[in-house]
Amino acid sequence: MLRYIVRRLAWAVPILVGISLISFLMIHMAPGGPISVGTDLNPKATAETRARLEAYYGLDQPLHVQYGRWLGRMATLDFGDSFSPDGRPVAEKIGERIPITLTINVLSMGLIFLVAIPIGIYSAVHQGSLFDRVSTVFVFTGFSIPTFWLALLLMILFGVKLGWLPISGIGSLEYHSLSMMGKIADRARHLLLPVLLTGFTGLAGMSRYMRSNMLEVIRQDYIASARAKGLPEGTVVFRHAMRNALLPVITILGLSVPDLLGGSVIFETIFAIPGMGQLFYQGVMSRDYPLIMGILTIGAFLTLLGNLLADVGYALADPRIRPE
Amino acid sequence: MSGSVGIRRNIARRLLRNRLTVAGGLVIVFFFLVAAFPALFTSQNPARIDVANILRPPSAAHPLGTDDLGRDVLARVVYGARVSMKVGFVAVGIAMAIGLVLGLLAGFHGGRVDMVLMRFVDIMLCFPTFFLILAAIAFLSPSIVIIMAVIGLTGWMGVARLVRAETLSLKERDFVAAARAQGAGTLRIVFRHILPNALAPILVAATLGVAGAILTESALSFLGIGVQPPTPSWGNILTVGKNYIEFAWWLSLFPGLAILVTVLGYNLLGEGIRDATDPRLKGR
Amino acid sequence: MSLPPRRAVLPSIALLLLLAACSGGKKEAPPENASSVPNVPAYGDRIVEGSIGGISGFLSAVTSDSASHAAAGYVFNGLVRYDKDLKLEGVLAESWEVSPDGKRITFRLRRNVKWQDGAPFTSSDVMFTYQRMIDPNTPTAYGDAFKQVRRASAPDPFTFVAEYARPFAPALESWGMDILPKHLLEKYPDISKSPLNRKPVGTGPYRFVEWRAGEKVVFDANPDYFEGKPYITRVITRVIPDQATMFLELKSGGVDTMDLTPPQYARQTETAEFKKSFNRYKYTASGYTYLGFRLSHPFFRDKRVRQAIAYASDKKALIDGVLLGLGQEATGPYKPGTWACNPNVVKYPHDPARAKALLAEAGWKEKDKDGVLRKDGQTFEFTVLTNAGNEARAKTAAILQQNLAEVGIRMQIRTVEWAAFINQFIDKRDFEAVILGWSISPDPDQYVIWHSSMTGPKELNFVGFADPEVDKLLEEGRSTFDLEKRKKAYFRIQEILAEEQPYVFLFVPDALPVVQSRFHGIQPALAGISYNFNKWYVPKALQKHRIEP
Repeated sequence: MLRYIVRRLAWAVPILVGISLISFLMIHMAPGGPISVGTDLNPKATAETRARLEAYYGLDQPLHVQYGRWLGRMATLDFGDSFSPDGRPVAEKIGERIPITLTINVLSMGLIFLVAIPIGIYSAVHQGSLFDRVSTVFVFTGFSIPTFWLALLLMILFGVKLGWLPISGIGSLEYHSLSMMGKIADRARHLLLPVLLTGFTGLAGMSRYMRSNMLEVIRQDYIASARAKGLPEGTVVFRHAMRNALLPVITILGLSVPDLLGGSVIFETIFAIPGMGQLFYQGVMSRDYPLIMGILTIGAFLTLLGNLLADVGYALADPRIRPE
Repeated sequence: MSGSVGIRRNIARRLLRNRLTVAGGLVIVFFFLVAAFPALFTSQNPARIDVANILRPPSAAHPLGTDDLGRDVLARVVYGARVSMKVGFVAVGIAMAIGLVLGLLAGFHGGRVDMVLMRFVDIMLCFPTFFLILAAIAFLSPSIVIIMAVIGLTGWMGVARLVRAETLSLKERDFVAAARAQGAGTLRIVFRHILPNALAPILVAATLGVAGAILTESALSFLGIGVQPPTPSWGNILTVGKNYIEFAWWLSLFPGLAILVTVLGYNLLGEGIRDATDPRLKGR
Repeated sequence: MSLPPRRAVLPSIALLLLLAACSGGKKEAPPENASSVPNVPAYGDRIVEGSIGGISGFLSAVTSDSASHAAAGYVFNGLVRYDKDLKLEGVLAESWEVSPDGKRITFRLRRNVKWQDGAPFTSSDVMFTYQRMIDPNTPTAYGDAFKQVRRASAPDPFTFVAEYARPFAPALESWGMDILPKHLLEKYPDISKSPLNRKPVGTGPYRFVEWRAGEKVVFDANPDYFEGKPYITRVITRVIPDQATMFLELKSGGVDTMDLTPPQYARQTETAEFKKSFNRYKYTASGYTYLGFRLSHPFFRDKRVRQAIAYASDKKALIDGVLLGLGQEATGPYKPGTWACNPNVVKYPHDPARAKALLAEAGWKEKDKDGVLRKDGQTFEFTVLTNAGNEARAKTAAILQQNLAEVGIRMQIRTVEWAAFINQFIDKRDFEAVILGWSISPDPDQYVIWHSSMTGPKELNFVGFADPEVDKLLEEGRSTFDLEKRKKAYFRIQEILAEEQPYVFLFVPDALPVVQSRFHGIQPALAGISYNFNKWYVPKALQKHRIEP
């Protein structure tokens, strides 16, 4: 097992480098650059100014030099400085957005697990029933509805008409003068709608997966023999079926790791949440190369890590599956 | 042998018994008709601008109201169906084609080819799909063709893996060995034996893919880089409508419902097919 | 004419995209009957503005977006600024003199001005600012006007002299740039990396309190401000990237002011209830939208074709369709109502018959089976380029497409994402026609847009306009400080532009800000409503928030 993990980790490094190289090339193939965005169509900026700015950002160097420099910095985990006018370190810009994105993602993932797993199990046990059908439509509606539309509708209902919840943002303007409890309550009120919506749209995947796993497990022989032994249905379901059906959940957990740091730019735009999705989107639009590279690299790393965790977790949980 | 008449009839029966699947199928057929025969559903020109009638509520002349340039919303939703369907189908077609070819290659040849291809898939999967789409469309032009191509080029990985898995497992089966013993060429084996068995999961992936493509287009429209006006798409009508959601409710309700119902239909159909054909889930 | 107007130069209405989120989503009680409340300025309360985009820094020299410049404008001052009639007035400069030969500007600086950390403001700060603007270590896009200075000197702590090689009228405007504190920045060779870019200290009416990137910026009134402490105690700028959300926040009391879109103004805010809680304003914005032609294009080389397209364009339909009537026709590149705008130029009312006649004159007589004009085997078909995601431009394109189809021209519309757009359009000049807009700065010098020498790659005369008389007039206009002479030159330029139609000038929209009605003291003028922001107030009885300092 250990050798397996080490081998995977060893593979990860060249894969990461490969991904970063591909990203780098892709980004630089794009028409336009960070300087153009800031200075073109600005009557006060001349060619000389532009040349100066290009040199300032190192953009006048040939591509392989730029990449080499970036790679060298990354080796020391230095993500470099953002090309946007604030020039702040990429790590800082990412770091200040991670908490809120992480919070929303973890909370909504928790919500999904809490709701989707029971739904999936119950639907499987009572396949074809009214509950099965209604819940199917319910979860798929969440998956099929354009999120920003639903978001606005809910904002109007709860924010404007009823006044129960804030409309947007992650905290009131008085946030910093609130007590600890006040802060938590305030944050909770602001995140309620985003988390609920993220959860609602993500229910389908998890619940259907649980359902089909459960269905498969139920038909296994050992379940039949458990029933034949005369065990009560509840025990059959909970003790035997569920435990086995939950194994794939581990896989899902592992595969969800990269998504933890990803944000939906649409969501964040509608709810005015300063998260990773917006950061990334704005980086792409303004051709902020170091920022884009930084986020992609972190994402790739997390994906590889998540895959590894999922595989290892699954192997640990199911003795039948062991890697060579 | 695979694909016997009996098995197929069984699947069909199971499909039809599931009311949700049928509902999904009907919805899809309905919108197909709308997209194929728009003249049946509206006589108005979706591009006709009428500045005297901007943002008018539903009326006899305009059953679904008018948009922010006075154009008939019903006509735009009807013609938008065509655009959304086109985007969905072509994008998925591209994804399926690439996925099929690569998956078959990997599964059939195994060894080196397989390893390289699967590493390639791994690398592609490391990129957040939406970023790839976003970047590609931003860097090129948000035209329908590019949008379709890009969604397709970023969505083939799942199919490739599926097809590869099927190919790998089927490759060793007896009937394939028998066919080979009979002198059947590779292509024949692929088309006659492997594909029909892999068909079901591919179909499922395809229907879910179309649903996803339609949603992606509406997401891109929200960001301003989806199908560009004045060409109508459900996504771009909804995006304009969202700014007037309270007073010009018709401009967001109808495209929103269209997207919801269509995507839901595809999802239900796909799930239904999955339920009906998954050998692990032979129903009660 | 910069796309991002500098706060110091022109208090842009875009700055006042106000959104706010109050605590809770409670509806606020409508204010008391306006007439019963004494209209007496009072200190206190806070205003919450909304902004679609976040800011990227507080030093205007090194940022280029309007949101950042707006934020900087609360904390910093320039030597001069534009007053309510868009005339230059002194801020940190009490007065100034231009020498008779026009080559020297002497600024007499205001005394007893303090930086917000207590240090005195002197001419060494102005000198320091000038030096950094021309310093290669400063990543600024605005240095070129300062490079024209041949020699700068600060003979005493309250005098600053700038000498130019030639008289350069736009120079005065450039001194609206935020003045930087030497004592706080001199040890940073690159000011963009200094802490001041994140925690600014200026001489302005508001002090910086807090910046949460992508979320909000908070300012508190500066009690020692040399023009008098502002009445509104706290200003908060909230980032709300979506227009629909912004409007909801406005109505639920979360935001105090924002810019409305035409449909919101004309249709959504007409109720008595809304008007009780909010005051809407309408004034001509400082920008115009146009259809530009690549003048080297075989179709558009012929002036008659361009004029025909001008006649074919239904500007009234554009204003009704895109702006719901809230705007006016543009006849040239200047803001109607300003001193440099020539109202008596050739106009192009909607006249399809005239358009067809002109096209026929230019050789476009026959039509193909779809009704599209043909000449020498070519159909009159072209592609107009514009940037993706801009609703107004998309609508403009759609209407023009219909207009031109009427006279037999087929116009295809192509949208490109912004960064790619400016790369293709400006850097490579790869376009046939374009729909774009310019913001209009108060100084009428538009040399960089119309002079024949500015047609290199990345330069702004991208249509390739070259008229020797206009060249001469542009040079005249910028090298004299005599207003009458400048006016004559610019008036004549507009006559030529109207005749030649290198652009079809389409429309000037209205700015449509709305402010919660408890804020008094707002007086719309040519410059908009925010020029006297420091004098806005909320009467004691209507104040909603108690601000603890």
